[in-house]
Amino acid sequence: MKRGPIIYVPRDSGALSVGAESVAQAIAAEALLRGIEIQLVRNGSRGMYWLEPLVEVALTPGGRRDGFGPVRRDDVASLFEAGFHTGAATAAGASSHPLALGPVDQIPYLASQQRLTFARVGIVDPVSVADYEAHGGWRGLQAALSLDPMAIVEHVVTSGLRGRGGAAFPTGIKWRTVAGASGPQKYIVANADEGDSGTFSDRMVMEGDPFMLIEGMIIAGLAVGATQGYIYLRSEYPHAHAVLNQAIAAATVKGYLGGNILGSGRDFHLEVRLGAGAYICGEETALLESLEGKRGMVRPKPPLPAIEGLFGRPTVVNNVITLASVPFILGEGGAAYRDYGEGRSRGTLPLQLAGNIKHGGLVERAFGITLRELLYDYGGGSRSGRPIRAVQVGGPLGAYLPAAQFDTPIDYEAFLGIDAMLGHGGIVVFDDTVDMARMARYAMEFCAIESCGKCTPCRIGSTRGVEVVDKIVAGKERAANTALLRDLCDTMVGGSLCALGGMTPYPVLSALNHFPEDFAKS
Amino acid sequence: MPRLLPPGTKMPVRQEPATASVTAAVASAVDRHKDRPGALLPILHDVQQALGHVPEDAVPEIAQALNLSRAEVHGVVTFYHDFRSTPPGRVVIKVCRAESCQAVGGDALVAHIKQRLGVDFHGTTADGHFSLEPVYCLGNCALSPALVIGGEIHGRVTPERLDALLQAARGSA
Ligand SMILES: Cc1cc2nc3c(=O)[nH]c(=O)nc-3n(C[C@H](O)[C@H](O)[C@H](O)COP(=O)(O)O)c2cc1C
Ligand code: SF4
Ligand code: FES
Repeated sequence: MKRGPIIYVPRDSGALSVGAESVAQAIAAEALLRGIEIQLVRNGSRGMYWLEPLVEVALTPGGRRDGFGPVRRDDVASLFEAGFHTGAATAAGASSHPLALGPVDQIPYLASQQRLTFARVGIVDPVSVADYEAHGGWRGLQAALSLDPMAIVEHVVTSGLRGRGGAAFPTGIKWRTVAGASGPQKYIVANADEGDSGTFSDRMVMEGDPFMLIEGMIIAGLAVGATQGYIYLRSEYPHAHAVLNQAIAAATVKGYLGGNILGSGRDFHLEVRLGAGAYICGEETALLESLEGKRGMVRPKPPLPAIEGLFGRPTVVNNVITLASVPFILGEGGAAYRDYGEGRSRGTLPLQLAGNIKHGGLVERAFGITLRELLYDYGGGSRSGRPIRAVQVGGPLGAYLPAAQFDTPIDYEAFLGIDAMLGHGGIVVFDDTVDMARMARYAMEFCAIESCGKCTPCRIGSTRGVEVVDKIVAGKERAANTALLRDLCDTMVGGSLCALGGMTPYPVLSALNHFPEDFAKS
Repeated sequence: MPRLLPPGTKMPVRQEPATASVTAAVASAVDRHKDRPGALLPILHDVQQALGHVPEDAVPEIAQALNLSRAEVHGVVTFYHDFRSTPPGRVVIKVCRAESCQAVGGDALVAHIKQRLGVDFHGTTADGHFSLEPVYCLGNCALSPALVIGGEIHGRVTPERLDALLQAARGSA
């Protein structure tokens, strides 16, 4: 029987990047030194990164969790001194520790969110099946096991869930296609390549609640008749890799994965495969090539992966967050998910606040919240304290938006309406020191570095784009070169097989259109 | 008779038989993965893990084991940014160049690292201690700027903090 207060120190790589490991070690050592029995749990992150390492204490299992943060190694002795492990540091009237934050779930940043998908992230021990079960895990799977495959698909159709990886394609329709395709073998592939700058929600799920992704993939397998799943994980995420492998092993032991899952007579095998540092392998067909052991070259569509995907077989490729949304949808019913959101953007979106922002982190809210609310109510403005001048939404292929567009609601169609895209929900903030011509140049440079090389406009056009931006900035035949840049963007939009070449013009042209003064400085 | 050639002369390209360590690394990687569909990337990862890089002479051995052409294996090795065909320094530094990190001083941090190490991206310091690589997002964008030193991730890195990290990495490696 374990005893003593439960002390949580995240194993999330964001928390680790600011010292969580050494804080965890210091807490264990200090407790030993003082002869205090504690239970150290390595949880995921709550997604309030400015408070990391965020240490939480619960005096009893399931009891109130008081937060302290950001904790440095040197703070640990004083936390024990103040009695953070006995409740003394947070008792009413006590002179509390300067790092005390009170009950974590009452911090407004968290309390005002609508965490359907992130409900357990940062709360549970990510590799404990028992913890997952105790917090409502596997309910979606239990429901799915009692339904016939088409009824599972119909729940997802009803939910209105659209792909969270970027293209926002209706997930239920994709599943219906794969379910209807015939073949001796079908596959479920989780796209965990998460290459967009400004995004980390997939990583947080994989490091903080991996069973939710696993459950979503099993349900997808049941729905379409697939018995093998792959998680294609970017190699930049070694901590997620370790957690996923631990979680898969634990779920297999408990009979959730492997042959005859939970005695249902159905099989589902799951394996993690590592990418190798190529942005283009996030594009679904390049990803499949890579999984097959080849160069990550984009395939022309058709055939759709749903018909001829991995090794030529019908394949569901979905983003991590898409799949992680499925357990809620099956557990609560498609309509419960659809009740959140607006228009054709249903449910919630885990938004990621990044870049020059005071309160960077994860905000899951129903569609409809505005950019301004995210930037100021949640984000607290820029980290530098200077005015926010531009934000890039949707990764390196997303448009740059000026302050005049901050009232745009988070909604797929509203973003399309201003020539922008929501993508994977990453929001990168820049203050007024940003040079937008430099950002436009970088967009072209990134495209040149990451192009798979199949289409000339993407491969060559991007390198030309860098040169043309340089000429404009240097003041060489500025009008003619600006016209040339626009032409080049047209060619890329029209002549590219995939969105890398086809959408790099969005950040470039939005920078040029909204911030022309930055191109005319010299 | 290479010793008779003047220094700096390029050796004629010839396929030397792989060294024993390369053969062993390839054999164990192939053994682990050859029955899995799409085994090439897992094998390359394991070889690089064992040897620090994927040497030229590993390519024909991997090709033979998987029944692929050398050109196919070579094509894969060169396509992915992760795989390197030359040995890295003892400590690899991967610094994020992407937008979120740029928004909070990432470019200045990159310039600072290059200046401190005296190398550009993809370079290795003369003493063989550090290799410097660019990376495009580490998923730590709420704590930008970010970098990885010797496999460990760091967030909100300032030039001063970087100097301390370099100091520590010099001592430990
Ligand atoms: C250049 C490029 C990079 C992409 N990167 C990712 C990625 O890292 N993660 C992801 O889920 N989707 C990415 N996508 C989108 C995928 O092609 C695909 O639409 C998605 O995996 C489908 O899953 P979803 O419907 O659940 O979003 C990328 C697309 C392009 C064109
Ligand atoms: S647009 Fe670029 S990345 Fe996409 S298929 Fe063409 S060359 Fe490859
Ligand atoms: S952009 Fe640097 S960590 Fe994401």
